Amino acid sequence: MDWAYQSSFSIEGGNFENAGKASIEIKKILKNLKISDEILRRTAIVVYESELNIISYADQGVINLSVTGDKILISVDDVGPGIEDIELAMQEGYSTATDRIREMGFGAGMGLLNIKNCSDELQIFSEVNKGTHLSIIINRMERES
Amino acid sequence: MNLRDIVKILDAKVLVGEDRLDTVVKTAFSADLMSDVLAFAKPGSLIITGLTIHQVVRTASILDAVGLLIVRGKIPGRETLELARELDIPVLSTRYILFETSGRLYAHGIVGCVEKIEKFNCRQ
Ligand SMILES: Nc1ncnc2c1ncn2[C@@H]1O[C@H](COP(=O)(O)OP(=O)(O)OP(=O)(O)O)[C@@H](O)[C@H]1O
Ligand SMILES: [Mg+2]
Repeated sequence: MDWAYQSSFSIEGGNFENAGKASIEIKKILKNLKISDEILRRTAIVVYESELNIISYADQGVINLSVTGDKILISVDDVGPGIEDIELAMQEGYSTATDRIREMGFGAGMGLLNIKNCSDELQIFSEVNKGTHLSIIINRMERES
Repeated sequence: MNLRDIVKILDAKVLVGEDRLDTVVKTAFSADLMSDVLAFAKPGSLIITGLTIHQVVRTASILDAVGLLIVRGKIPGRETLELARELDIPVLSTRYILFETSGRLYAHGIVGCVEKIEKFNCRQ
C-alpha cells in the first residue's frame, strides 16, 4: 500500500505541560494535506483525547498516523496500567482521573466515547499492567450519520 | 455580532487578538469542563469558561473555536496567553459570572452551538 503520509509521535505519560502539543502538530500536518474540515476536526478530537489519556494514565505511548487516499488510520499504543474492564471504561461518566487531571478540566469520563463517536471504526485492546492499544479508522469520504 | 461587540457588551478586556476583533461570532458553548467542551462544542463557536490553564487554549485550537472568553474576572497566566498568541486564539476576559455572561450574549442574539444533548455525537 502506498501511503500519502505516515508518521509517529511519542507521548510522555504524566507530562501535563505538553498535553495536546502533539495533537496540534498533527492537526497542522493534516491541514497541509488538504483534509476536509469535518474530517480534520474529527481526527483532531480523536488524537487529542488519545493523547490526553496517555498523559493522564500511561507511562509512555506512541500515536501512529497514516493517511491514505480514502482513510485516516490512527493507532495508539501505550505502556501503562492498561484497562481492566473496557466496557466500563467506555461508559459515559466512568473515570479514575486524579485531581491533577480534573484541575485541567478533564476527567469526566467522556473521552473514549468521544473517540468512538468521532471514528468510523474503533478497536480497543488492553492488558492489565502492560498497556492499551487503540486502532481507529476515519473514512475521508464524508457520509451521512 | 463580532468579538468587538462582545467586548463592549461585557466590558471585557482583550488579552490576546486585538487584531482579530472583527471575527464574527454566532454560537457559543459555556462550560468549565473541558471534557464536555470537547465532546459537545461545534466548530466556529466561542468557548466561555472560568478555567484559565493552558489546556483550555489547546482545546480551543483543536476545536477551531473562534475565541476564548474567560469569566469571573480571571486572567490567565503569561504561559496561557503566550500559547494563545502562538495558536492564534483570541482571548477576552470579563468580570461577569458565567450565567450573566451567557445571558447577556444570548439577549444579543448569540445562541448555543447545540441546544440540547439529544444523542452524544460529534458529527454535525
Ligand atoms: N490509556 C489508558 N490507560 C489506562 N487507563 C485508561 C486509558 N485510557 C482510559 N483509561 C481508563 O478509562 C477511563 C475512561 O477514559 P475516558 O477517556 O473515557 O475518560 P477520562 O479520561 O476519565 O475523562 P475525559 O476523557 O472525559 O476527560 C479513565 O478514567 C481510565 O480509568
Ligand atoms: Mg480521557
